[in-house]
Amino acid sequence: MSNANVLLSMQGIHKAFPGVRALDGVDFSLAAGEIHALVGENGAGKSTLIKVLTGVVRPDAGTITLAGQDVQVHSPEHAQSIGISTVYQEVNLCPNLSIAENILIGREPRRWRRIDGRAMNRRAEQILVGLDVDVDVTQPLGSYPVAIQQMAAIARALEISGARVLILDEPTSSLDAHETEQLFGVMHKLKAAGLAIVFITHFLEQVYAIADRVTVLRNGRLVGTYMPSALPRIELIAKMLGRELTELDDMTKVKLASRHETGETRLVADGLGRVGAIEPFDLELHAGEVVGLAGLLGSGRTEIAGLLFGIDKPDSGSVTVNGVPVRQHSPLGSINRRVALCPEDRKGEGIVDELTVRENIILAVQAGRGWLRRLSPSEQDEIADRYIALLKIATPSADQAVGNLSGGNQQKVILARWLATDPQVLILDEPTRGIDVGAKAEVQRLVLSLAGEGKACVFISSELDEVLRTSDRIVILRDRAKVDELTGDVDERQIMQAIAGSEHGSS
Amino acid sequence: MARASAAPTVRRVTESRLFFPLVVLAVILLFNLVYDAGFFALDTIDGHLYGNVIDILRDGSTVMLLAIGMTLVIATGGVDLSVGAVMAISASVAALLINPDLQSLSNDPNVTATPLPVVLIATLVVATVCGLWNGALVAYGGIQPMVATLILMIAGRGIAQLITNGVRIQIFYEPYAFLGNGWIILPFSLFIVAAVFVVAWLMTRRTALGMFIESVGINSRSSFFSGINERRVKLVAYMFCGFCAGMAGLVASSSIRTSDANNIGLNFELDAILAVVIGGTALGAGGRFSLFASIIGAIVMQAITTSMYAIGVPAHALLAVKGVVVVLVILLLSVQVREFVRRVAAPKAA
Repeated sequence: MSNANVLLSMQGIHKAFPGVRALDGVDFSLAAGEIHALVGENGAGKSTLIKVLTGVVRPDAGTITLAGQDVQVHSPEHAQSIGISTVYQEVNLCPNLSIAENILIGREPRRWRRIDGRAMNRRAEQILVGLDVDVDVTQPLGSYPVAIQQMAAIARALEISGARVLILDEPTSSLDAHETEQLFGVMHKLKAAGLAIVFITHFLEQVYAIADRVTVLRNGRLVGTYMPSALPRIELIAKMLGRELTELDDMTKVKLASRHETGETRLVADGLGRVGAIEPFDLELHAGEVVGLAGLLGSGRTEIAGLLFGIDKPDSGSVTVNGVPVRQHSPLGSINRRVALCPEDRKGEGIVDELTVRENIILAVQAGRGWLRRLSPSEQDEIADRYIALLKIATPSADQAVGNLSGGNQQKVILARWLATDPQVLILDEPTRGIDVGAKAEVQRLVLSLAGEGKACVFISSELDEVLRTSDRIVILRDRAKVDELTGDVDERQIMQAIAGSEHGSS
Repeated sequence: MARASAAPTVRRVTESRLFFPLVVLAVILLFNLVYDAGFFALDTIDGHLYGNVIDILRDGSTVMLLAIGMTLVIATGGVDLSVGAVMAISASVAALLINPDLQSLSNDPNVTATPLPVVLIATLVVATVCGLWNGALVAYGGIQPMVATLILMIAGRGIAQLITNGVRIQIFYEPYAFLGNGWIILPFSLFIVAAVFVVAWLMTRRTALGMFIESVGINSRSSFFSGINERRVKLVAYMFCGFCAGMAGLVASSSIRTSDANNIGLNFELDAILAVVIGGTALGAGGRFSLFASIIGAIVMQAITTSMYAIGVPAHALLAVKGVVVVLVILLLSVQVREFVRRVAAPKAA
């Protein structure tokens, strides 16, 4: 891209939240008439970068230049007024209003100080025809499929300000293949009209299908900006996961230990699946082994964990635990079956922040016993103290509200909650996310020692080296399906190849 | 050194959930004392205690009963607007059971068509079923608590009228009237409050239910992930709230010796909600709760009403003046004021 073409440039953007460096000196540039993909795993900083650009958060340092002029984006309204429009992942329009009303709400054409309905419908139709969308604009938005709603959201974003920059935040996540094609058609049209488009997605094939350039973020830092045509898919994955391929070649191969192959079968999933979450898959877990789940964000890792634990009910296949078929798919049922899950979303699905450390630790045990058979205060103290000591949870006392603890210690509290139920099958979904390096190593060691005690562990992580280091067996997921299962001699390259699939990214 | 050891003690006192509700109550009572030096005087008649303070407790007993149940519902992150209407329903049910013949009311104080225990149990069952309805809408129907309970709040009074065919049934049966009018040294209704309070306290603090309720209120998704049946916990809270409303309906109808579907418990849901809020349980957010603090809150609400009458606020101005006082109380309880008091009372850094 020649410099003359640059419409928007962000230089050295820093943003820290309490305890996290969300953005650490990130540069990003955008040319008129390009589609620029922004990729990275969870926590890479994509959404923070977009929030800076749209004025939702203020950067701590860094400059933003739009069309040659330094700008400070004060608020989302301000961003719109200078031509930066955003379409968010969840369509945030009003399903009960007509498409025309949704597109022109707040800026309805007026006549005699009243809304001119006919002019409004005409105008909306014009905009949509410009996007090659042919629908009845007088019908309520909610009566159309998500793809059309998405188009209406884009039409609205365009109409607002004579947008120059359009940000599409995971617009394809709820679209099917045909609808995605339709959206791409619109994006091509807008690109031809000179709009600069930022396209956030975690579907890599879409990056190759439509993006002119792709910027990779990882852990709040810029990894680089590349031409997709010059970047094989496996290299893109390597960059997202924080590896250089050259580095990979030098790495010693890891022999996945077949330490515990002879362990008893604990859990069998047979054709287990749920529409829209994960394709039917088979999986066996044995006592004393660690099975790693590897795959990119959105590949179905968390969905597998949810099905095995009973968060969601499967609509095909079956689960058998210790030879007994599972009928009650619920967390409570899982506690009774001695299956445990440390969930991925620590704040939303893990801790109960105003309860004390003690209460958080005994919560699952108590739930398993039912409300009538309350643990006596001395039993509660005994359990809490044991796990605070075992996991070295740093807390002033067991009476501290768990919300006051650091992320790593909160993670340990959740781990303690589940270890206290004495599980035979332990599913850990991203147990090391957002905690410091020392704590990560501790968690990994703990997983290995738990497997050594004869527990069957499932270890989910987007850090590939972590999965490699801890697992006996690695299950590969891609696009919400289990695609492979690796044992024996494996290296990171092989795993990335498996994650990338058969195409090598030169498409 | 004395100061250094005193400060943490003061802090502990000011951080107690009961501290601010008690301060508010004390302020209101002191206000009465200034206005009427004999405010705290107690008389003994036939061995029973009478006086302004006893009046406040007796008149406040229905709101106290409602506040006990409401505390659990608010702690789950919900609210129950229908308790006033459920009071009316239970009053109608009880009155109808005592005197089913609407054409000719028996005015014999010793006659009832249904034995008293059956009247009480049947009424409480009906009220609990009302709570079950609310709980089912909230927990299993996924309807917002305010909307879900609004339904019964509106429909409840209509149902109460249908039960008695629109007739206000007078109650002459003396044993029933004892619930709201009897005295055993103290007003009998206070013993009912005490009994319900003890049941609620044992149920929440001597089983794991209290922790489950708090956990669900703070983060229902995390609670679900931890194996708590968060829907059933909510259901139980609403059912118990209905039960308490039924109890309050019995006391209220007994007190005025009639089933008055239009007026029994009218606007009481708001007093109950305010009582719980004054007690420090967070409306909307749920979470940590204290039953005793809610009782104090209920007494505060009644003390406000009684004081208004005592200083001669005319009945038609009562609601408006009460509103102003409640605003002041809530402001007093705000986080900012609390923090300010704590800083002044016990500076952190010596």
